[in-house]
Amino acid sequence: MNGASAGAGVVFDGVQRYFGDVTALAGLDLEINPGELVALLGPSGCGKTTALRILGGFEKPSSGTVTVGGRDVTTVPAHKRDMGMVFQAYSLFPNMDVRTNVAFGLRMRGATKADRSKRADELLELVGLTGTGDRYSGQLSGGQQQRVAIARALAIEPTVLLLDEPLSALDARVRHQLRAEIRSIQQRLGITTLFVTHDQSEALSMADRVGVMRDGRLEQLDTPENVYRHPATTFVAEFVGAMNRVPGRIGEDGDVVVLGQRVPTVPGQPGVEYAPGSAVEALLRPEALQALPDAGGPGEISERTFLGSAVRLKVNLDGGQEIVVEAPSHGTDLPLGARVGLKVVVDRVVVANPGTPTVALSPAPA
Amino acid sequence: MATTVAEQAAAPIGPAAHKRRGGRRVRGDWLGVVPFFAYVLVFMGLPLYEVLHGAFTNAHGGLTFSNFSATFDYAQYPAAFKSSIILSVWTAAVGAVFGTWLAAAVLTTSPRNPLRRIVSSASGVFAYFGGVPLAFFFIASLGTTGMVTLFLKNQLGIDLYAHGFTITSVFGIGLAYCYFQVPLMVILITPALEGLRPQWREAVQSLGGSQWSYLRHVALPVLAPSFLASLLVLFGNSFAAYATALALVNGTVSLVPSQIQATLNGNVLVGQTGVGLALGVEMIVVIAVVMVLYGAVQMWARRWQQ
Amino acid sequence: MSGRRLRRPRAWTTGIFVLAGLFFLVPMIAAFKFALVQTSNGKYGFNNFTQVVDSSSIRGPLITSLEIAGITAVIVLVLMVPTVVWVRLKLPRLSLLMEGVTILPIVIPPVVLAAGLIQLQGHAPSWMAGLFNSPVTALTPFYVVLALPFTYRALDTGVRAIDLHTMVDAARNLGANWPTLLWRVVLPNIKTAVLGAAFLAIAMVLGEVVIAEFLLYQTLPTEMVQLGQAQGGVSTALSLLTIWFTFLLLMGLSFLGSRRRGTTTRARFL
Repeated sequence: MNGASAGAGVVFDGVQRYFGDVTALAGLDLEINPGELVALLGPSGCGKTTALRILGGFEKPSSGTVTVGGRDVTTVPAHKRDMGMVFQAYSLFPNMDVRTNVAFGLRMRGATKADRSKRADELLELVGLTGTGDRYSGQLSGGQQQRVAIARALAIEPTVLLLDEPLSALDARVRHQLRAEIRSIQQRLGITTLFVTHDQSEALSMADRVGVMRDGRLEQLDTPENVYRHPATTFVAEFVGAMNRVPGRIGEDGDVVVLGQRVPTVPGQPGVEYAPGSAVEALLRPEALQALPDAGGPGEISERTFLGSAVRLKVNLDGGQEIVVEAPSHGTDLPLGARVGLKVVVDRVVVANPGTPTVALSPAPA
Repeated sequence: MATTVAEQAAAPIGPAAHKRRGGRRVRGDWLGVVPFFAYVLVFMGLPLYEVLHGAFTNAHGGLTFSNFSATFDYAQYPAAFKSSIILSVWTAAVGAVFGTWLAAAVLTTSPRNPLRRIVSSASGVFAYFGGVPLAFFFIASLGTTGMVTLFLKNQLGIDLYAHGFTITSVFGIGLAYCYFQVPLMVILITPALEGLRPQWREAVQSLGGSQWSYLRHVALPVLAPSFLASLLVLFGNSFAAYATALALVNGTVSLVPSQIQATLNGNVLVGQTGVGLALGVEMIVVIAVVMVLYGAVQMWARRWQQ
Repeated sequence: MSGRRLRRPRAWTTGIFVLAGLFFLVPMIAAFKFALVQTSNGKYGFNNFTQVVDSSSIRGPLITSLEIAGITAVIVLVLMVPTVVWVRLKLPRLSLLMEGVTILPIVIPPVVLAAGLIQLQGHAPSWMAGLFNSPVTALTPFYVVLALPFTYRALDTGVRAIDLHTMVDAARNLGANWPTLLWRVVLPNIKTAVLGAAFLAIAMVLGEVVIAEFLLYQTLPTEMVQLGQAQGGVSTALSLLTIWFTFLLLMGLSFLGSRRRGTTTRARFL
């Protein structure tokens, strides 16, 4: 098995895909570096699966080109592209045992039976399924089936690995386990990978970079931290975790006064009016705020949801706005109806003009 | 089985309840199916009994196997069996091949396409209710003055009847049978075709296989048991069919059902009803064998069901 | 899941559609053409079709067949619906036996059943002998048996599709007795299956010819065969009408059914 950087670079250039009057992809420009794992994240119908299928050769773009390893593959049929694909479910061939499934790609390439068997067993070991070679897919659990699917895709030593929501059909526990394993295998083999999902925690925990998509467009492509901390648009802010937009005013020295506190801002946001006195909105994640009991405070707890490791509180401010605050569950117990004050607990905050999306900085600060 | 209102109101609902009630097998439950079994016993059992009884009885009412030996001795009976079986085999094969082809083609059209609904309803009509109307359709097309016969003769110079073809021959009957065998296959094989997951084809492609590799390594092997099972059904269907032949032909043909009718009408020798019934029993045996094979194939198919 | 537009039709799909179209439409067109030729003057006209309604020799058997069809459908439903529901509820282990029993009418070719019936007609037990006096009373009971395979399957599928146990338990909990339960709770929910079973039974009866012929009764199909020898045109017209009628029945049924499920898939495997 190869070591690092077995992968090739992938370039989507102006890729569009229409079905009659439905636009699946409105012009995708995306570069995946060799050995990188890029996750495409977004709601159903955002075009992430279409992008993946175009890369795999299962759909042809209406316009634009796709380049893999410097070679234009836009018109190359799927079975001539050197890619491994893992589907969401049901992709194992029911009439073959696990070993034959895994070895299938090698058989298509003309490897001898002995070589195929050996390699299949190696891969089964890699995915933690040693000894299951003789079983059939019907005898395996969902998680095991997906491991076999991964082994099968890797058997042909592809330059690009495509994963179409591979964990969506699995139980939560299996999902978490497989997440880490897939990432570790991918890094070990250095395969360029495109991973499609609607689950943001998957995307954030596995990817080198995350591409958030909506309605056929890429709204932001950046590291998980930046996508989370510096969302480029309101949609990204709200899709990847919850986001409060709290009205405030720029004070002297570029700080923003929000919720009665002065907080330093992240400077240099294009288009934002930093002049003292201008009205802005501060983007605050629920965990960036703390709710403290305060009989004379400006807010009241209107909803309380216990999440296990955290408690999510909805605080109704007297001005009418609703703020979502997340607190660790072992902290102060704040019942419904309690009056609270809100404290900003991050040391810098991103601001935006009221009602407009922010623009991502590049490169984004820590 | 009397329960008070209180008991009924307090009765637990859901699967748990059945576990508890199931513990004591209430005898009354069996009463529920008595009407059905009684009906079947009388109205299916009695005729069946008559067949069996008559097959083993001679003219004087005594037990005998002579009816069965007659079915082997008089040449027309083994000939009819051979004819029937050959006919059933080739109409099943034709039906299976073209039926699968048609079903696959229909499934590639969009679900909203009215063609799908038309084909599915039409298949039901011809597969199950062809019988007599079919005969007339075929006479109108391939009879001596049929539209197709005349077209071939006048436009293409091919005189079917001069070459010995006739719609009332066993071959002609078989041709008519295809009219309901193909739709029957469409009905039988469509669920299996719908069970072929698109992911399999795409997985084959992503692993470097062509469309043909997919067919050869995945689609055909997965379809094989259903195909075989349907083939068996088609065979049985053709073997047991008679309505179309009855309407097509005025006399006797070398097919087992026709021979049976002949014995009962007294067209052969008077008093040969026993032989006819023996033939009937033999037909039942053939179909029973087919059904057993069918059952075996279905169990084989289940091996791969997810 | 992104849908896919219809691809340009491929050679192999177009091929079979053309072949099938020819094979299935040509005989129908030939029959139609044939039926339009009036026996009286050899010219085209709808004479043969109107004869179907006017002719007394047809009307009698037609009415007989319709009577038989109706009564058969009713008996089948009255017999099978409670039985299917009962087995599913109380005796699930019996379903295998039920499948076996209802397969029997298929295993026994109609010819053979007919042969047995002739014998039975000859020396029936006294209480049964009276049945053979008229076609309606003679054929209906046995047609019910013939209809079992289709109707059992249709009803069983319908009952399996609903959560019978929960529904029945809920109804019993609210105080319903068995007849009310069947009529008001179960039946409305398996409407499609019941209609399907009824349609199948009716269509089957209208087409059954072997048994009727052997027992020498006059039903619609036997009359069609009879006429076929003499007046081919009328018979052919009648055949066309029967086929179209059955086709419309099944189309109508498919609309009823699909409103409930709407499952059809567009295959992407080929």
